[in-house]
Amino acid sequence: MRQLFAAALLLCLTGVATRAEEVVAGLSQDNIDITASFEGSEILIYGAVKRYSPEPGGPPLEVIVTLEGPSAPVTIRRKSREAGIWVNTASVGVAAAPTFYSVATTGPLNDILAPDEDVTQRISIPLAMRAFSGPLTVSDARPFTEALLRIREADGLYSVETGGVHLVEDTLFRADFDLPSNLAEGDYKTRIFLLRGGHVIDQHRAAIYVRKVGLERWLFGLSRDLPAAYGLMSLALAVFAGWAAAAIFRIIRN
Amino acid sequence: MQIYLPIAEIAVNAFLLLGIGGLVGVLSGLFGVGGGFLITPLLFFIGIPPTVAVATGANQVVASSVSGVLAQFKRKAVDVPMGLVLLLGGLSGSALGVWLFNLLARMGQIDLVVQLSYVVFLGSVGLLMLQESLRAMRRARRATKPVKRHQHTWVHNLPLKVKFRASGLYISVIPPILVGMVVGILAAIMGVGGGFIMVPAMIYLLGMPTKVVIGTSLFQIIFVAAFTTFMHAITNQSVDVMLALMLIIGSVIGAQIGSQFGARLKAEQLRILLALLVLAVAGKLALDLLIPPGDLYSLSTGAAA
Repeated sequence: MRQLFAAALLLCLTGVATRAEEVVAGLSQDNIDITASFEGSEILIYGAVKRYSPEPGGPPLEVIVTLEGPSAPVTIRRKSREAGIWVNTASVGVAAAPTFYSVATTGPLNDILAPDEDVTQRISIPLAMRAFSGPLTVSDARPFTEALLRIREADGLYSVETGGVHLVEDTLFRADFDLPSNLAEGDYKTRIFLLRGGHVIDQHRAAIYVRKVGLERWLFGLSRDLPAAYGLMSLALAVFAGWAAAAIFRIIRN
Repeated sequence: MQIYLPIAEIAVNAFLLLGIGGLVGVLSGLFGVGGGFLITPLLFFIGIPPTVAVATGANQVVASSVSGVLAQFKRKAVDVPMGLVLLLGGLSGSALGVWLFNLLARMGQIDLVVQLSYVVFLGSVGLLMLQESLRAMRRARRATKPVKRHQHTWVHNLPLKVKFRASGLYISVIPPILVGMVVGILAAIMGVGGGFIMVPAMIYLLGMPTKVVIGTSLFQIIFVAAFTTFMHAITNQSVDVMLALMLIIGSVIGAQIGSQFGARLKAEQLRILLALLVLAVAGKLALDLLIPPGDLYSLSTGAAA
């Protein structure tokens, strides 16, 4: 019992010892409203490194900031030529892939992050995706997941911003993220990692809520909760617009 | 000015949408077609998801058909009983089409089927129209005797005959129901009203007089497109009312401009122009199927079937 207590105490002490540097961070905004005129948004994540003792020597301090959108299942399809035309023939499902994922760093990811830390923290883009869904119908799924990353990177949804974190005097840092206009609704997670020698010495998490507001929220909710009422409303609008157009132009012409 | 579409979940330039609506409106005013066959491919092109494009296209067709049918009612150019018979087939076809659409969307083949339908139907209708109007032009020049329209074919030997007074026809209800059904399936899968199939089928297959064809076709398209919109809204929640509103505003204004232009052109020239336009759309979509795609891979949200 006594030994166990001592071991626990030792663990606590080493825990405290490795947390000689702590991250304190803030967000420029923790709510993003999607309105009719939403054209994307910018998020500034800033913070400072709090120290209880003078800065240790050895490997330099590095900072990684990630911003991750809500996850959703995705199906990746591949076309091949059948009877002269191009048809979707093979598919792979990913159970949960983030709809948005951006990593900003102070240096090249390979240099500042040890592979085992990447596996446990799921920082780099391929690791941020989860297991494959359903039985695989293709022998090699790798080209499919590579295609997912390539297409989302091309759409600006996934990105790695090497040098995207500005670290001043090893104490203050800031990272700017541009959020595209085709942003999915949901809770966005931000994670801030302090690293030395490839290992995480402290981390901080915060959430940003992205929500449709006003008319957009009401319409989206109605279409999911009361689809029949939504359908009838769309039709009433179309019939009224058609009638009104005919009536107005008849008046103009006479 | 960007506008966020709540169902498509993307922001698109509002003037681009008004412009697409307007362009299609001008064409529908010029040629007397609904223009659904242009709106849906144009929406694909600007990045609207296919399911949203098809369902919203159907909603836009409702507006343009209501606008058009009111003028036709004034001219007494609507054969309501014939419209109702066509509708009977149209509604069952539409229900079948929406079911088929959802099945194909789950299988990942909806893009292919939509593209193939466009290529086959637009291609053949465009060729027929071109051939017909070239022949009519030649005939007008030679001024030979007009062709007899009331030919007796197998269509007239079917049971369940009914009198259609406005069309001056005494025929079985089976062919109109079948025509309505085929058009209903196409309306659901392609997001179109189906006027471009319906009008030639009414003239050549059913032998209806030209003066009631457009009004009757518009009359029944309203209901089939409305039913299709409603079915898409309740089965896959893909009608974007914001997008529809933008397209409708553009198209009703465009339609009035188009009908002013149309009055100044000759009917034969109009039909050749329409035939060429239809063929151009079909050709573009055919090329997309034949040319190796830029990226073999594509993404869709949601799990595979």
